[in-house]
Amino acid sequence: MNTTTLFINALAVICLILGLRKDREKTKHALKIAVMSFIKILPTMLAIILIIGLMSGFVPPKTISKIVGQEAGFKGILIVGALGAVLHIPSLIAFPLAASLLEKGASVTSVAVFITTLTMIGFVTLPLEIRILGKKFAVLRNVLSFIMALIIGILVGVIL
Amino acid sequence: MRPNGTPGKAMKNQKKAFLRDIIFLGVVALITAILLMMHPEKRAPVFSASENFLVEMLLIMPAVMILMGLFSVFVPDELIVKYLGRSSGFKGMLLAILIGAFPTGPLYVAFPIAASLLKKGARVASVVAFLSAWACIKIPQELVELQFLGAKFMLARLSLTVVFVMVMGLIIEQILGRRSGK
Repeated sequence: MNTTTLFINALAVICLILGLRKDREKTKHALKIAVMSFIKILPTMLAIILIIGLMSGFVPPKTISKIVGQEAGFKGILIVGALGAVLHIPSLIAFPLAASLLEKGASVTSVAVFITTLTMIGFVTLPLEIRILGKKFAVLRNVLSFIMALIIGILVGVIL
Repeated sequence: MRPNGTPGKAMKNQKKAFLRDIIFLGVVALITAILLMMHPEKRAPVFSASENFLVEMLLIMPAVMILMGLFSVFVPDELIVKYLGRSSGFKGMLLAILIGAFPTGPLYVAFPIAASLLKKGARVASVVAFLSAWACIKIPQELVELQFLGAKFMLARLSLTVVFVMVMGLIIEQILGRRSGK
């Protein structure tokens, strides 16, 4: 276990104790929600873990760096960003995927763009966003998010 | 993920989504099995990579889920609307991002909150910042990012995201007009 794992588990335990002291029923309910969310995320998590395994075994780093690495250039970043916008995998699971891509030669920029578009842009939830917040608002937010994600990714790449 | 979400249709959709996820897992498992049967020499590297990530995920996921569950129960929507409706300006935007970063459920939960904020006359910039923070800055999520991608990456992306979410809020506000009403 590394520090982050320890920290997040300790945080969860502390919050759990605080919750129990404040309101037993609510905390029980929270735990139920936690278990349900975990079950809900489990199939996708296992699938992504298998995909990571397959990628490590079968896709040579050279191929990955050609698609999403330095060599791919701006076009590669655009593709990755679009992929992140359309895909609907939970962001929590995207981090290990991103980590293994990085390890295998993807560029920092493309990984940052991928995570940012994945979280910030909801292609699947766009119809709902339009219905509740109006077309102009929703479309503006999503389009600008895409541009911002590209800028954020490029800057992260420059910094690191 | 919400305790007081609408049952019925939402439940049905969730069931459908879960079924789709299981089918996806099945397809991936099948492909893995076939590939590994054809290339037995790849078994070791594939399994060891998968195992590493599985262990790391299992060490962190239950804690993340518990945090999310606790937040969603103890931080009700009304509280969010109350705090965000009042404040404005730069401080309001920062507050919007902070509150959005509380792990309280998926993005579609935030749409109605954002709509009611706009109706109450909150600044468009704050609402955009709130929504975007809700979507991409979550405290437990940042911890997972820290775990897998390292402190430098996480901090760089996080701080840039905070800045650009505010810039985006201001741009959208300029385009749409200061208030939500036309």
